[in-house]
Amino acid sequence: MSGPDQPMVRIRAVRKRFGALEVLKGIDLDVPAGEVVCIVGPSGSGKSTLLRCVNRLETIDSGRIWVNGELMGYAERGGRLHALRPAELSRQRRGIGMVFQRFHLFPHRTAIENVMEGPVTVLGTRAAQARRQAEELLERVGLADRAHHYPAQLSGGQQQRVAIARSLAMRPSLMLFDEPTSALDPELVQEVLAVMRDLAATGMTMMVVTHEMNFAREVGDQLVFMDDGVIVERGDPREVLSAPRHERLRTFLGQVR
Amino acid sequence: MTREQEAAAELPIEAVRPVRPGRWLGAAAALLFLVWLAYTVIVNENLHWDVIVAYLADGRILGGLWVTIQLTVLSMAIGLVLGVLAAVMQLSDNPALRGTSALYTWFFRGTPLLVQLIFWFNIGLVFPAFAIGVPFGGPKLIEWQANEVITPFTAALLGLAINEGAYMAEIVRAGIRSVDPGQREAAESLGMSHRQVLRRVVLPQAMRVIIPPTGNQFISMLKTTSMVSVIAGAELLTVAQRIYLGNFEVIAMLVVASIWYVVLTTIASVGQHFVEKRFERGHVRLSSRVRRNLRPLQKEPS
Repeated sequence: MSGPDQPMVRIRAVRKRFGALEVLKGIDLDVPAGEVVCIVGPSGSGKSTLLRCVNRLETIDSGRIWVNGELMGYAERGGRLHALRPAELSRQRRGIGMVFQRFHLFPHRTAIENVMEGPVTVLGTRAAQARRQAEELLERVGLADRAHHYPAQLSGGQQQRVAIARSLAMRPSLMLFDEPTSALDPELVQEVLAVMRDLAATGMTMMVVTHEMNFAREVGDQLVFMDDGVIVERGDPREVLSAPRHERLRTFLGQVR
Repeated sequence: MTREQEAAAELPIEAVRPVRPGRWLGAAAALLFLVWLAYTVIVNENLHWDVIVAYLADGRILGGLWVTIQLTVLSMAIGLVLGVLAAVMQLSDNPALRGTSALYTWFFRGTPLLVQLIFWFNIGLVFPAFAIGVPFGGPKLIEWQANEVITPFTAALLGLAINEGAYMAEIVRAGIRSVDPGQREAAESLGMSHRQVLRRVVLPQAMRVIIPPTGNQFISMLKTTSMVSVIAGAELLTVAQRIYLGNFEVIAMLVVASIWYVVLTTIASVGQHFVEKRFERGHVRLSSRVRRNLRPLQKEPS
Protein backbone atom coordinates (compact mmCIF):
# COMPACT_ATOMS: atom_id res chain seq x y z
CA MET A 1 0.00 0.00 0.00
CA SER A 2 1.08 3.59 -0.47
CA GLY A 3 2.80 5.08 2.52
CA PRO A 4 3.30 8.77 3.19
CA ASP A 5 6.43 8.89 1.04
CA GLN A 6 5.21 6.54 -1.67
CA PRO A 7 3.44 8.18 -4.61
CA MET A 8 0.08 6.88 -5.84
CA VAL A 9 1.50 6.62 -9.36
CA ARG A 10 5.17 6.08 -10.10
CA ILE A 11 6.23 6.09 -13.74
CA ARG A 12 9.82 5.26 -14.59
CA ALA A 13 11.58 5.33 -18.00
CA VAL A 14 8.44 4.42 -19.90
CA ARG A 15 8.77 3.98 -23.64
CA LYS A 16 6.03 3.13 -26.10
CA ARG A 17 6.06 2.82 -29.84
CA PHE A 18 3.31 2.28 -32.42
CA GLY A 19 5.14 0.60 -35.30
CA ALA A 20 7.93 2.90 -36.40
CA LEU A 21 6.60 5.84 -34.40
CA GLU A 22 7.90 6.23 -30.84
CA VAL A 23 5.23 8.15 -28.94
CA LEU A 24 6.73 7.95 -25.42
CA LYS A 25 10.50 8.43 -25.24
CA GLY A 26 11.35 7.77 -21.60
CA ILE A 27 8.80 9.24 -19.20
CA ASP A 28 9.43 9.67 -15.46
CA LEU A 29 6.59 11.00 -13.36
CA ASP A 30 5.37 10.77 -9.76
CA VAL A 31 1.81 11.51 -8.70
CA PRO A 32 1.57 11.78 -4.90
CA ALA A 33 -1.66 10.56 -3.29
CA GLY A 34 -4.33 13.22 -3.17
CA GLU A 35 -2.73 15.39 -5.85
CA VAL A 36 -4.08 16.54 -9.20
CA VAL A 37 -1.62 16.36 -12.07
CA CYS A 38 -2.62 18.13 -15.26
CA ILE A 39 -0.88 16.99 -18.43
CA VAL A 40 -0.91 19.44 -21.32
CA GLY A 41 0.73 19.51 -24.70
CA PRO A 42 0.07 19.64 -28.42
CA SER A 43 -1.86 16.78 -30.01
CA GLY A 44 0.40 13.86 -30.82
CA SER A 45 2.68 14.68 -27.89
CA GLY A 46 1.89 11.32 -26.24
CA LYS A 47 -0.15 12.60 -23.28
CA SER A 48 -3.23 10.42 -23.94
CA THR A 49 -1.03 7.41 -24.62
CA LEU A 50 0.73 7.94 -21.27
CA LEU A 51 -2.64 7.97 -19.50
CA ARG A 52 -3.77 4.82 -21.31
CA CYS A 53 -0.53 3.09 -20.31
CA VAL A 54 -1.27 3.75 -16.63
CA ASN A 55 -4.38 1.52 -16.64
CA ARG A 56 -2.89 -0.70 -19.28
CA LEU A 57 -5.25 -0.03 -22.14
CA GLU A 58 -1.88 0.20 -23.92
CA THR A 59 1.08 -2.04 -23.14
CA ILE A 60 4.47 -0.37 -22.68
CA ASP A 61 7.67 -1.43 -24.46
CA SER A 62 10.01 -0.66 -21.58
CA GLY A 63 10.00 1.00 -18.18
CA ARG A 64 7.81 0.44 -15.13
CA ILE A 65 4.53 1.84 -13.86
CA TRP A 66 3.42 1.34 -10.27
CA VAL A 67 -0.04 2.30 -9.06
CA ASN A 68 -0.67 2.18 -5.33
CA GLY A 69 2.68 0.45 -4.93
CA GLU A 70 1.69 -2.35 -7.31
CA LEU A 71 3.54 -2.93 -10.58
CA MET A 72 1.00 -2.59 -13.40
CA GLY A 73 0.56 -5.55 -15.74
CA TYR A 74 3.40 -7.71 -14.41
CA ALA A 75 4.49 -9.64 -11.39
CA GLU A 76 8.19 -9.79 -10.52
CA ARG A 77 9.21 -13.32 -9.49
CA GLY A 78 12.73 -14.72 -9.34
CA GLY A 79 14.23 -11.69 -11.02
CA ARG A 80 11.94 -12.02 -14.05
CA LEU A 81 8.77 -10.24 -15.10
CA HIS A 82 5.70 -12.42 -15.62
CA ALA A 83 2.76 -10.91 -17.52
CA LEU A 84 -0.36 -10.96 -15.35
CA ARG A 85 -3.33 -13.16 -16.16
CA PRO A 86 -6.39 -11.29 -17.51
CA ALA A 87 -8.21 -11.73 -14.17
CA GLU A 88 -5.29 -10.17 -12.26
CA LEU A 89 -5.19 -7.27 -14.72
CA SER A 90 -8.93 -6.71 -14.29
CA ARG A 91 -8.43 -6.58 -10.51
CA GLN A 92 -5.73 -3.91 -10.94
CA ARG A 93 -7.96 -1.86 -13.23
CA ARG A 94 -10.85 -1.84 -10.75
CA GLY A 95 -9.00 0.63 -8.55
CA ILE A 96 -8.36 3.04 -11.45
CA GLY A 97 -11.24 5.08 -12.85
CA MET A 98 -11.02 6.24 -16.45
CA VAL A 99 -13.01 9.01 -18.10
CA PHE A 100 -12.83 9.23 -21.89
CA GLN A 101 -13.02 12.11 -24.29
CA ARG A 102 -16.07 10.59 -25.97
CA PHE A 103 -17.72 9.38 -22.73
CA HIS A 104 -18.27 5.78 -23.93
CA LEU A 105 -21.39 5.31 -21.81
CA PHE A 106 -23.19 2.03 -22.48
CA PRO A 107 -25.93 3.23 -24.87
CA HIS A 108 -28.30 0.34 -24.12
CA ARG A 109 -28.46 1.20 -20.41
CA THR A 110 -29.96 4.19 -18.62
CA ALA A 111 -27.81 6.62 -16.64
CA ILE A 112 -28.38 4.79 -13.36
CA GLU A 113 -27.83 1.38 -14.97
CA ASN A 114 -24.53 2.67 -16.34
CA VAL A 115 -23.43 3.66 -12.85
CA MET A 116 -24.61 0.34 -11.36
CA GLU A 117 -22.93 -1.80 -14.03
CA GLY A 118 -19.44 -1.90 -12.51
CA PRO A 119 -20.39 -2.70 -8.89
CA VAL A 120 -23.01 -5.31 -9.89
CA THR A 121 -21.00 -7.09 -12.60
CA VAL A 122 -17.47 -6.77 -11.29
CA LEU A 123 -17.78 -6.49 -7.51
CA GLY A 124 -20.94 -8.59 -7.15
CA THR A 125 -22.71 -5.85 -5.20
CA ARG A 126 -26.42 -6.55 -4.63
CA ALA A 127 -28.65 -4.59 -7.01
CA ALA A 128 -30.53 -2.71 -4.29
CA GLN A 129 -27.33 -1.53 -2.65
CA ALA A 130 -25.73 -0.64 -6.00
CA ARG A 131 -28.85 1.36 -6.89
CA ARG A 132 -28.69 3.37 -3.66
CA GLN A 133 -25.03 4.10 -4.24
CA ALA A 134 -25.69 5.04 -7.88
CA GLU A 135 -28.46 7.44 -6.80
CA GLU A 136 -26.04 9.13 -4.41
CA LEU A 137 -23.39 9.44 -7.11
CA LEU A 138 -25.84 10.86 -9.66
CA GLU A 139 -26.97 13.33 -7.01
CA ARG A 140 -23.32 14.28 -6.50
CA VAL A 141 -22.82 15.05 -10.21
CA GLY A 142 -26.15 16.89 -10.27
CA LEU A 143 -28.10 14.39 -12.38
CA ALA A 144 -30.51 12.75 -9.92
CA ASP A 145 -33.41 13.81 -12.17
CA ARG A 146 -31.85 12.16 -15.24
CA ALA A 147 -31.33 8.70 -13.69
CA HIS A 148 -33.70 6.92 -16.07
CA HIS A 149 -32.63 8.66 -19.28
CA TYR A 150 -30.65 6.78 -21.91
CA PRO A 151 -27.29 8.34 -22.89
CA ALA A 152 -28.72 9.42 -26.26
CA GLN A 153 -31.30 11.50 -24.37
CA LEU A 154 -28.61 13.41 -22.46
CA SER A 155 -26.42 16.33 -23.52
CA GLY A 156 -22.68 15.78 -23.87
CA GLY A 157 -21.99 17.46 -20.54
CA GLN A 158 -24.58 15.30 -18.79
CA GLN A 159 -23.17 12.16 -20.42
CA GLN A 160 -19.68 13.01 -19.23
CA ARG A 161 -20.95 13.57 -15.67
CA VAL A 162 -22.66 10.16 -15.76
CA ALA A 163 -19.38 8.68 -17.00
CA ILE A 164 -17.56 10.22 -14.02
CA ALA A 165 -20.20 8.79 -11.67
CA ARG A 166 -19.81 5.38 -13.36
CA SER A 167 -16.06 5.42 -12.65
CA LEU A 168 -16.54 6.60 -9.06
CA ALA A 169 -18.96 3.74 -8.39
CA MET A 170 -15.95 1.40 -8.35
CA ARG A 171 -14.49 3.46 -5.46
CA PRO A 172 -11.18 4.02 -7.29
CA SER A 173 -8.05 5.34 -5.58
CA LEU A 174 -6.95 7.04 -8.82
CA MET A 175 -8.95 8.78 -11.55
CA LEU A 176 -7.66 9.25 -15.10
CA PHE A 177 -9.28 11.91 -17.29
CA ASP A 178 -8.45 11.76 -21.00
CA GLU A 179 -9.44 15.16 -22.42
CA PRO A 180 -12.80 15.00 -20.63
CA THR A 181 -14.12 18.29 -22.07
CA SER A 182 -12.65 18.24 -25.58
CA ALA A 183 -15.73 16.71 -27.22
CA LEU A 184 -18.15 19.12 -25.54
CA ASP A 185 -19.87 22.23 -26.82
CA PRO A 186 -18.24 25.27 -25.16
CA GLU A 187 -21.22 26.05 -22.92
CA LEU A 188 -21.18 22.50 -21.45
CA VAL A 189 -17.50 22.48 -20.43
CA GLN A 190 -17.93 24.24 -17.12
CA GLU A 191 -20.49 21.80 -15.65
CA VAL A 192 -18.01 18.94 -16.14
CA LEU A 193 -15.08 20.93 -14.77
CA ALA A 194 -17.19 21.83 -11.71
CA VAL A 195 -17.73 18.13 -10.97
CA MET A 196 -14.00 17.51 -11.37
CA ARG A 197 -13.23 20.45 -9.06
CA ASP A 198 -15.49 18.97 -6.37
CA LEU A 199 -13.83 15.61 -6.82
CA ALA A 200 -10.35 17.13 -6.42
CA ALA A 201 -11.54 18.85 -3.24
CA THR A 202 -12.41 15.43 -1.74
CA GLY A 203 -8.73 14.48 -2.01
CA MET A 204 -9.01 12.18 -5.03
CA THR A 205 -5.74 11.52 -6.84
CA MET A 206 -6.26 12.62 -10.45
CA MET A 207 -4.30 12.60 -13.70
CA VAL A 208 -5.98 14.98 -16.14
CA VAL A 209 -5.04 15.36 -19.79
CA THR A 210 -6.62 18.68 -20.73
CA HIS A 211 -6.49 21.89 -22.71
CA GLU A 212 -8.26 23.84 -19.97
CA MET A 213 -5.44 26.03 -18.66
CA ASN A 214 -7.67 27.77 -16.12
CA PHE A 215 -8.62 24.42 -14.60
CA ALA A 216 -4.93 23.42 -14.51
CA ARG A 217 -4.02 26.70 -12.82
CA GLU A 218 -6.79 26.61 -10.22
CA VAL A 219 -7.09 22.90 -9.41
CA GLY A 220 -3.76 21.36 -10.42
CA ASP A 221 -1.02 20.65 -7.89
CA GLN A 222 1.41 19.82 -10.66
CA LEU A 223 1.52 20.75 -14.32
CA VAL A 224 3.29 18.57 -16.86
CA PHE A 225 3.97 19.85 -20.36
CA MET A 226 4.67 17.09 -22.90
CA ASP A 227 5.92 17.49 -26.43
CA ASP A 228 7.12 14.86 -28.89
CA GLY A 229 7.04 12.01 -26.36
CA VAL A 230 9.01 13.66 -23.56
CA ILE A 231 8.16 15.79 -20.54
CA VAL A 232 9.56 19.20 -21.44
CA GLU A 233 8.57 21.16 -18.33
CA ARG A 234 6.89 20.46 -15.02
CA GLY A 235 6.17 22.19 -11.77
CA ASP A 236 3.61 24.27 -9.92
CA PRO A 237 0.94 25.22 -12.48
CA ARG A 238 0.81 28.89 -11.46
CA GLU A 239 4.56 29.28 -11.83
CA VAL A 240 4.87 27.22 -15.01
CA LEU A 241 1.99 28.96 -16.75
CA SER A 242 3.00 32.49 -15.79
CA ALA A 243 6.73 32.04 -16.44
CA PRO A 244 7.32 29.17 -18.89
CA ARG A 245 11.05 28.39 -19.19
CA HIS A 246 10.94 26.59 -22.54
CA GLU A 247 10.26 28.12 -25.93
CA ARG A 248 8.07 25.13 -26.91
CA LEU A 249 5.73 25.70 -23.96
CA ARG A 250 5.55 29.44 -24.70
CA THR A 251 4.57 28.66 -28.31
CA PHE A 252 1.98 26.12 -27.14
CA LEU A 253 0.42 28.47 -24.60
CA GLY A 254 0.25 31.17 -27.27
CA GLN A 255 -1.75 28.78 -29.47
CA VAL A 256 -4.11 27.58 -26.74
CA ARG A 257 -5.09 31.00 -25.41
CA MET B 1 -44.61 38.40 -27.54
CA THR B 2 -42.43 40.39 -29.87
CA ARG B 3 -43.83 42.01 -33.00
CA GLU B 4 -42.20 39.37 -35.22
CA GLN B 5 -43.86 36.52 -33.29
CA GLU B 6 -47.26 38.24 -33.53
CA ALA B 7 -46.82 38.72 -37.23
CA ALA B 8 -45.80 35.06 -37.64
CA ALA B 9 -48.89 33.92 -35.71
CA GLU B 10 -51.14 35.70 -38.18
CA LEU B 11 -49.72 34.03 -41.26
CA PRO B 12 -51.14 30.47 -41.46
CA ILE B 13 -50.21 28.37 -44.47
CA GLU B 14 -53.24 27.18 -46.42
CA ALA B 15 -51.54 26.61 -49.73
CA VAL B 16 -53.25 24.92 -52.69
CA ARG B 17 -51.46 21.73 -53.74
CA PRO B 18 -50.34 21.54 -57.37
CA VAL B 19 -52.40 19.23 -59.60
CA ARG B 20 -50.48 16.06 -60.45
CA PRO B 21 -52.38 14.08 -63.12
CA GLY B 22 -49.52 11.57 -63.49
CA ARG B 23 -50.14 10.24 -59.95
CA TRP B 24 -53.81 9.53 -60.67
CA LEU B 25 -53.03 7.89 -64.00
CA GLY B 26 -50.39 5.67 -62.37
CA ALA B 27 -52.74 4.66 -59.55
CA ALA B 28 -55.53 3.84 -62.00
CA ALA B 29 -53.24 1.69 -64.14
CA ALA B 30 -51.93 -0.23 -61.13
CA LEU B 31 -55.44 -0.85 -59.76
CA LEU B 32 -56.73 -1.99 -63.14
CA PHE B 33 -53.86 -4.45 -63.43
CA LEU B 34 -54.53 -5.90 -59.95
CA VAL B 35 -58.27 -6.30 -60.64
CA TRP B 36 -57.53 -8.04 -63.94
CA LEU B 37 -55.00 -10.36 -62.23
CA ALA B 38 -57.43 -11.27 -59.44
CA TYR B 39 -60.22 -11.86 -61.97
CA THR B 40 -58.16 -14.26 -64.13
CA VAL B 41 -57.07 -16.22 -61.06
CA ILE B 42 -60.49 -16.40 -59.39
CA VAL B 43 -62.52 -17.41 -62.44
CA ASN B 44 -59.88 -19.88 -63.63
CA GLU B 45 -61.49 -23.32 -63.50
CA ASN B 46 -58.15 -25.16 -63.67
CA LEU B 47 -57.24 -23.94 -60.19
CA HIS B 48 -59.87 -26.11 -58.40
CA TRP B 49 -60.61 -23.67 -55.59
CA ASP B 50 -62.94 -26.21 -53.96
CA VAL B 51 -60.04 -28.67 -53.65
CA ILE B 52 -57.75 -25.98 -52.26
CA VAL B 53 -60.31 -25.06 -49.59
CA ALA B 54 -60.91 -28.71 -48.74
CA TYR B 55 -57.23 -29.48 -48.19
CA LEU B 56 -56.22 -26.22 -46.47
CA ALA B 57 -56.91 -27.62 -43.00
CA ASP B 58 -56.36 -31.29 -43.92
CA GLY B 59 -54.78 -33.29 -41.08
CA ARG B 60 -51.78 -34.34 -43.16
CA ILE B 61 -51.16 -30.73 -44.31
CA LEU B 62 -51.33 -29.48 -40.72
CA GLY B 63 -48.93 -32.24 -39.66
CA GLY B 64 -46.48 -31.11 -42.37
CA LEU B 65 -46.95 -27.51 -41.25
CA TRP B 66 -45.99 -28.49 -37.70
CA VAL B 67 -42.83 -30.26 -38.91
CA THR B 68 -41.91 -27.15 -40.96
CA ILE B 69 -42.29 -24.95 -37.87
CA GLN B 70 -40.25 -27.36 -35.74
CA LEU B 71 -37.47 -27.61 -38.31
CA THR B 72 -37.34 -23.81 -38.72
CA VAL B 73 -37.28 -22.97 -35.00
CA LEU B 74 -34.85 -25.73 -34.02
CA SER B 75 -32.41 -25.20 -36.86
CA MET B 76 -32.44 -21.42 -36.36
CA ALA B 77 -31.82 -21.85 -32.61
CA ILE B 78 -28.97 -24.31 -33.11
CA GLY B 79 -27.65 -22.24 -36.03
CA LEU B 80 -27.62 -19.11 -33.85
CA VAL B 81 -25.62 -20.86 -31.11
CA LEU B 82 -23.17 -22.24 -33.69
CA GLY B 83 -22.96 -18.81 -35.32
CA VAL B 84 -22.15 -16.97 -32.07
CA LEU B 85 -19.58 -19.63 -31.23
CA ALA B 86 -17.94 -19.43 -34.67
CA ALA B 87 -17.99 -15.61 -34.62
CA VAL B 88 -16.38 -15.38 -31.18
CA MET B 89 -13.77 -17.95 -32.30
CA GLN B 90 -13.11 -15.93 -35.45
CA LEU B 91 -12.50 -12.75 -33.41
CA SER B 92 -10.25 -14.47 -30.85
CA ASP B 93 -6.49 -14.02 -30.97
CA ASN B 94 -5.91 -17.78 -30.86
CA PRO B 95 -4.94 -18.76 -34.44
CA ALA B 96 -6.11 -22.37 -34.01
CA LEU B 97 -9.63 -21.23 -33.03
CA ARG B 98 -9.68 -18.65 -35.84
CA GLY B 99 -8.62 -21.28 -38.37
CA THR B 100 -11.19 -23.83 -37.22
CA SER B 101 -13.96 -21.25 -37.49
CA ALA B 102 -12.78 -20.09 -40.92
CA LEU B 103 -12.70 -23.69 -42.14
CA TYR B 104 -16.27 -24.25 -40.93
CA THR B 105 -17.76 -21.19 -42.64
CA TRP B 106 -15.69 -21.76 -45.78
CA PHE B 107 -16.83 -25.35 -46.21
CA PHE B 108 -20.53 -24.99 -45.40
CA ARG B 109 -20.99 -21.78 -47.35
CA GLY B 110 -19.06 -23.31 -50.23
CA THR B 111 -21.26 -26.38 -50.76
CA PRO B 112 -24.95 -26.38 -51.77
CA LEU B 113 -27.45 -27.00 -48.98
CA LEU B 114 -29.19 -29.58 -51.16
CA VAL B 115 -25.97 -31.61 -51.36
CA GLN B 116 -25.44 -31.28 -47.60
CA LEU B 117 -28.97 -32.53 -46.86
CA ILE B 118 -28.55 -35.62 -49.05
CA PHE B 119 -25.12 -36.17 -47.50
CA TRP B 120 -26.39 -36.08 -43.90
CA PHE B 121 -29.25 -38.40 -44.81
CA ASN B 122 -26.74 -40.93 -46.20
CA ILE B 123 -24.06 -40.44 -43.57
CA GLY B 124 -24.49 -44.07 -42.55
CA LEU B 125 -22.61 -44.98 -45.74
CA VAL B 126 -19.50 -43.22 -44.36
CA PHE B 127 -19.95 -43.70 -40.61
CA PRO B 128 -22.13 -46.78 -39.97
CA ALA B 129 -22.11 -46.11 -36.19
CA PHE B 130 -21.53 -43.23 -33.77
CA ALA B 131 -19.94 -43.84 -30.38
CA ILE B 132 -18.86 -41.96 -27.27
CA GLY B 133 -15.52 -43.11 -25.94
CA VAL B 134 -11.80 -42.62 -26.45
CA PRO B 135 -11.18 -41.34 -29.99
CA PHE B 136 -8.65 -42.75 -32.50
CA GLY B 137 -9.76 -46.36 -31.95
CA GLY B 138 -9.98 -46.46 -28.13
CA PRO B 139 -12.69 -48.15 -26.06
CA LYS B 140 -16.30 -47.05 -26.53
CA LEU B 141 -18.88 -46.24 -23.85
CA ILE B 142 -22.06 -46.00 -25.91
CA GLU B 143 -22.67 -46.75 -29.55
CA TRP B 144 -25.55 -45.90 -31.90
CA GLN B 145 -26.26 -47.29 -35.36
CA ALA B 146 -26.49 -44.57 -38.01
CA ASN B 147 -29.58 -46.17 -39.54
CA GLU B 148 -31.48 -45.76 -36.25
CA VAL B 149 -30.33 -42.23 -35.40
CA ILE B 150 -30.43 -40.62 -38.84
CA THR B 151 -34.12 -40.21 -39.65
CA PRO B 152 -35.19 -37.74 -42.32
CA PHE B 153 -35.96 -35.30 -39.48
CA THR B 154 -32.55 -35.51 -37.77
CA ALA B 155 -30.76 -35.41 -41.12
CA ALA B 156 -32.78 -32.30 -42.05
CA LEU B 157 -32.03 -30.69 -38.70
CA LEU B 158 -28.30 -31.41 -39.01
CA GLY B 159 -28.14 -30.06 -42.55
CA LEU B 160 -30.21 -26.93 -41.94
CA ALA B 161 -28.66 -26.01 -38.56
CA ILE B 162 -25.02 -26.51 -39.48
CA ASN B 163 -25.49 -24.68 -42.77
CA GLU B 164 -27.33 -21.86 -41.01
CA GLY B 165 -24.59 -21.57 -38.38
CA ALA B 166 -22.06 -20.76 -41.11
CA TYR B 167 -24.18 -17.86 -42.33
CA MET B 168 -25.08 -16.68 -38.82
CA ALA B 169 -21.36 -16.57 -37.97
CA GLU B 170 -20.86 -13.85 -40.57
CA ILE B 171 -23.89 -11.91 -39.32
CA VAL B 172 -22.80 -12.13 -35.67
CA ARG B 173 -19.23 -11.21 -36.57
CA ALA B 174 -20.39 -8.10 -38.41
CA GLY B 175 -22.56 -7.20 -35.40
CA ILE B 176 -19.71 -7.57 -32.91
CA ARG B 177 -17.39 -5.53 -35.11
CA SER B 178 -19.98 -2.76 -35.37
CA VAL B 179 -19.66 -2.00 -31.64
CA ASP B 180 -17.42 1.02 -30.94
CA PRO B 181 -14.04 -0.18 -29.55
CA GLY B 182 -14.41 2.56 -26.92
CA GLN B 183 -17.20 0.48 -25.36
CA ARG B 184 -14.79 -2.38 -24.77
CA GLU B 185 -12.21 0.00 -23.30
CA ALA B 186 -14.75 1.58 -20.96
CA ALA B 187 -15.87 -1.86 -19.76
CA GLU B 188 -12.28 -3.06 -19.30
CA SER B 189 -11.49 0.09 -17.31
CA LEU B 190 -14.25 -0.88 -14.91
CA GLY B 191 -12.36 -4.14 -14.40
CA MET B 192 -14.66 -6.44 -16.38
CA SER B 193 -13.27 -9.75 -17.62
CA HIS B 194 -13.31 -10.57 -21.34
CA ARG B 195 -16.43 -12.69 -20.89
CA GLN B 196 -18.23 -9.98 -18.94
CA VAL B 197 -17.32 -7.40 -21.59
CA LEU B 198 -18.73 -9.67 -24.30
CA ARG B 199 -21.89 -10.64 -22.43
CA ARG B 200 -22.79 -7.36 -20.72
CA VAL B 201 -21.56 -4.73 -23.17
CA VAL B 202 -20.64 -5.98 -26.65
CA LEU B 203 -23.31 -8.60 -27.47
CA PRO B 204 -26.33 -6.52 -26.32
CA GLN B 205 -25.20 -3.71 -28.61
CA ALA B 206 -24.27 -6.08 -31.43
CA MET B 207 -27.85 -7.45 -31.26
CA ARG B 208 -29.19 -4.25 -32.80
CA VAL B 209 -27.13 -5.00 -35.90
CA ILE B 210 -27.60 -8.79 -35.71
CA ILE B 211 -31.41 -8.89 -35.32
CA PRO B 212 -32.64 -7.55 -38.71
CA PRO B 213 -30.59 -9.96 -40.89
CA THR B 214 -31.38 -12.81 -38.45
CA GLY B 215 -35.09 -12.09 -38.96
CA ASN B 216 -34.49 -12.33 -42.68
CA GLN B 217 -32.65 -15.62 -42.17
CA PHE B 218 -35.61 -16.95 -40.14
CA ILE B 219 -38.11 -15.99 -42.83
CA SER B 220 -35.83 -17.48 -45.45
CA MET B 221 -35.47 -20.66 -43.35
CA LEU B 222 -39.26 -21.13 -43.28
CA LYS B 223 -39.08 -21.59 -47.05
CA THR B 224 -35.69 -23.30 -47.18
CA THR B 225 -37.13 -26.20 -45.14
CA SER B 226 -39.00 -27.19 -48.32
CA MET B 227 -35.64 -28.44 -49.67
CA VAL B 228 -35.93 -31.24 -47.13
CA SER B 229 -38.52 -32.78 -49.46
CA VAL B 230 -35.60 -34.40 -51.34
CA ILE B 231 -35.03 -36.65 -48.32
CA ALA B 232 -38.77 -36.98 -47.60
CA GLY B 233 -38.60 -34.82 -44.49
CA ALA B 234 -42.39 -34.98 -43.86
CA GLU B 235 -42.60 -31.18 -43.82
CA LEU B 236 -45.19 -29.09 -45.66
CA LEU B 237 -43.95 -29.51 -49.23
CA THR B 238 -43.23 -33.26 -48.83
CA VAL B 239 -46.77 -33.79 -47.53
CA ALA B 240 -48.30 -31.71 -50.34
CA GLN B 241 -46.32 -33.75 -52.88
CA ARG B 242 -47.46 -37.03 -51.33
CA ILE B 243 -51.08 -35.93 -51.60
CA TYR B 244 -50.86 -34.82 -55.24
CA LEU B 245 -49.10 -38.05 -56.19
CA GLY B 246 -52.35 -39.72 -55.07
CA ASN B 247 -55.03 -37.31 -56.34
CA PHE B 248 -53.13 -35.58 -59.21
CA GLU B 249 -54.19 -32.12 -57.91
CA VAL B 250 -50.63 -30.80 -58.42
CA ILE B 251 -51.41 -27.10 -58.70
CA ALA B 252 -54.07 -27.10 -55.98
CA MET B 253 -51.72 -28.78 -53.48
CA LEU B 254 -48.89 -26.35 -54.34
CA VAL B 255 -51.33 -23.47 -53.76
CA VAL B 256 -52.28 -24.97 -50.38
CA ALA B 257 -48.61 -25.21 -49.39
CA SER B 258 -47.93 -21.69 -50.69
CA ILE B 259 -50.81 -20.23 -48.67
CA TRP B 260 -49.35 -21.73 -45.50
CA TYR B 261 -45.83 -20.53 -46.33
CA VAL B 262 -47.18 -16.99 -46.83
CA VAL B 263 -49.07 -17.18 -43.51
CA LEU B 264 -45.90 -18.30 -41.68
CA THR B 265 -43.64 -15.67 -43.24
CA THR B 266 -46.19 -12.93 -42.56
CA ILE B 267 -46.40 -13.87 -38.88
CA ALA B 268 -42.60 -13.99 -38.72
CA SER B 269 -42.32 -10.53 -40.31
CA VAL B 270 -44.65 -9.04 -37.70
CA GLY B 271 -42.63 -10.72 -34.94
CA GLN B 272 -39.41 -9.39 -36.46
CA HIS B 273 -40.77 -5.85 -36.27
CA PHE B 274 -41.44 -6.13 -32.53
CA VAL B 275 -38.11 -7.80 -31.72
CA GLU B 276 -36.27 -5.04 -33.59
CA LYS B 277 -38.11 -2.40 -31.58
CA ARG B 278 -37.08 -4.14 -28.35
CA PHE B 279 -33.40 -3.92 -29.26
CA GLU B 280 -33.64 -0.27 -30.34
CA ARG B 281 -33.49 0.57 -26.60
CA GLY B 282 -31.37 3.64 -25.98
CA HIS B 283 -31.28 4.61 -29.62
CA VAL B 284 -33.15 7.84 -30.03
CA ARG B 285 -34.48 8.84 -33.40
CA LEU B 286 -33.36 12.10 -34.92
CA SER B 287 -36.76 13.75 -34.43
CA SER B 288 -36.71 13.26 -30.64
CA ARG B 289 -33.10 14.44 -30.53
CA VAL B 290 -34.15 17.65 -32.25
CA ARG B 291 -37.00 18.02 -29.76
CA ARG B 292 -34.54 17.62 -26.87
CA ASN B 293 -32.34 20.35 -28.30
CA LEU B 294 -35.34 22.63 -28.59
CA ARG B 295 -36.43 22.14 -24.98
CA PRO B 296 -34.38 24.99 -23.39
CA LEU B 297 -35.79 27.41 -25.96
CA GLN B 298 -39.34 26.62 -24.87
CA LYS B 299 -38.45 27.42 -21.25
CA GLU B 300 -37.37 30.97 -22.11
CA PRO B 301 -39.67 33.63 -20.64
CA SER B 302 -42.11 34.95 -23.19
